[in-house]
Amino acid sequence: MAVRRLAENQPESFAFTPENAAWCATQIAKYPSGRQASAVIPLLWRAQAQNAYWLPRAAIEAVAGMLAMPYIRVLEIATFYSMFNLAPVGRAHVQLCGTTPCMLRGANGLRSALVERIGPAGSTTPDGALSWVEVECLGACCNAPMVQINDDYYEDLTPASLGGLLDDLAAGRAVKKGSQTGRTSSEPEPGKGTTLTDPALYDGSRVGAWRKRFEEAEAKAAEAAAAAANDKAK
Amino acid sequence: MLSDADRIFTNLYGFQSPGLQAARMRGAWDGTKFLLEKGRDWILAEMKASGLRGRGGAGFPTGLKWSFMPKQPDPKRPSYLVVNADESEPGTCKDREIMRNDPHLLVEGCLVASFAMGANACYIYVRGEYIAEREALERAVAEAYEAKLVGKDNVHGWPFDLYVHHGAGAYICGEETALLESLEGKKGMPRMKPPFPANMGLYGCPTTVNNVESIAVAPTILRRGADWFMGFGAKNNAGTKLFCVSGHVNRPCNVEEAMSIPFRELIDRHCGGVRGGWDNLLAVIPGGSSVRMVPAGQIVDCPMDFDSLSKLRSGLGTAAVIVMDKSTDVVRAIARLAHFYKHESCGQCTPCREGTGWMWRVMERMAEGRAQKREIDMLLDVTKQVEGHTICALGDAAAWPIQGLIAHFRPEIERRIDAYAANPHSDPVKIAAE
Repeated sequence: MAVRRLAENQPESFAFTPENAAWCATQIAKYPSGRQASAVIPLLWRAQAQNAYWLPRAAIEAVAGMLAMPYIRVLEIATFYSMFNLAPVGRAHVQLCGTTPCMLRGANGLRSALVERIGPAGSTTPDGALSWVEVECLGACCNAPMVQINDDYYEDLTPASLGGLLDDLAAGRAVKKGSQTGRTSSEPEPGKGTTLTDPALYDGSRVGAWRKRFEEAEAKAAEAAAAAANDKAK
Repeated sequence: MLSDADRIFTNLYGFQSPGLQAARMRGAWDGTKFLLEKGRDWILAEMKASGLRGRGGAGFPTGLKWSFMPKQPDPKRPSYLVVNADESEPGTCKDREIMRNDPHLLVEGCLVASFAMGANACYIYVRGEYIAEREALERAVAEAYEAKLVGKDNVHGWPFDLYVHHGAGAYICGEETALLESLEGKKGMPRMKPPFPANMGLYGCPTTVNNVESIAVAPTILRRGADWFMGFGAKNNAGTKLFCVSGHVNRPCNVEEAMSIPFRELIDRHCGGVRGGWDNLLAVIPGGSSVRMVPAGQIVDCPMDFDSLSKLRSGLGTAAVIVMDKSTDVVRAIARLAHFYKHESCGQCTPCREGTGWMWRVMERMAEGRAQKREIDMLLDVTKQVEGHTICALGDAAAWPIQGLIAHFRPEIERRIDAYAANPHSDPVKIAAE
């Protein structure tokens, strides 16, 4: 459990943009009538995305109104789920995965780099460009160590490559998402793959090949039926 | 070694397009209607015969789980399939690759599984952090709707709606009843069982919750046959499995292999061996953070499957293999896991809410050596008091890594305590309150 509270300085009001309001309606439509509360996480998430990646009280109230939920129920959700930022964050908000698989591959080095560049966990740079927190396993363990910055994963990092990323993001330059060492996803290092090299997997030759066993079974059944009919005739 | 022709996830690494056309070339959506026309009972029988055990960690037989759903659903209480894509177990990153690289296997699996259990609607609950993965999956669902493969009026003749839902960063929502609570728009706090979800699940209706991998392998099993799937792995541990190897190996990767592959072969063949050679191996957590660690001597020749690993008082879990070499500060590694469970406890049951924090604080001191030796037994005793005394398995999962550490590395903890005590310190060593 972690204690999470709303920020002290809150904006006066919050309203979804017309596009986002229309999107919210499509989300609510996914659930059976009367079960609109199911859409609460997607709606809060969209509200946070619209509001510079943090969730003010007014947005929580707005979502509660849209879903006909008591305010306290929506506040519970906002404080329970750790992806809702309850206070302003930097334009590039870094979430460092510090759980054991990343720790074994050097997350502590990334942490030191973040402390040096931005400050202690939870702080934001004075220009509002960068902020960081440590989070629990982000589920990219084969590409450890890694961080999530806003919506995107950056994997296979070193303190130096993370530093370069932060410089680029702070300066508004385009950056490469995903692995920073040239891996496509979680394959072994490029060129070292041991599996999925058979071209027959991809040329369509496997389509329909499995039907043979059903055809054989059918033929066998037909044969047996014919034999049985023969026996009867005799 | 498993041959490429026997691999189910042929686009695991995303070298090919995840789109519908490419997926079809790889064999997805091939003869789905034929499979459905074989009937519900045939599908259930085939799934049971395949010996597929749930891939989300617990290893419950998937076909049996499907058969718990009502045969004749009440129109007022429709059946649901819910797919658990809230992949948050430390070490696990397999469902992510399925969703972003081979999503059509999952979408097709959802249709087949829903048909087999009489469900006309399915929700896929993706963890909130997987934003790119969710978008990839949503694209695949949209393609399937467009091609009338799913939808109210689809070519397969089984009205079926598929929705992608997401969470917002709570490990506990990977527990099936917490996931249902979260999907209903509440805090993810697990429910008491019984009633089991097959009777009272989502919105009080019959529901089956399955892991992404369990659902995604189903169409291929039905196509190629239960016998084919049974041909891999030891008895009661059938099939192929995605292994996520992380930590101190030369080339960490996800790989699909036959079950029961010996640990040494898995690492040598696909991961380039242990960093610094096999003599440098210290211990392995073989199934995600929630299972007990196994020291090097016991794991190297152990078949990687449910039964062999549970004989070592560990488990296959999600097959997330976390390898630790001799450079690892093993006490610190487990202390970090203790912090994970302290952070992720939902706070509903007192033994877990208070126990995880207590265990973490003691583990932090032990990592420094700032503890008393008798506290090791006290800690072990507390883990036993948390284990089995909570609604869900998070309490157990928090207790087991610490139990594994004490079972195998007690001398290391004691050595640290001695080392700390040998040096003069200004503050007295505290003892945990009994």
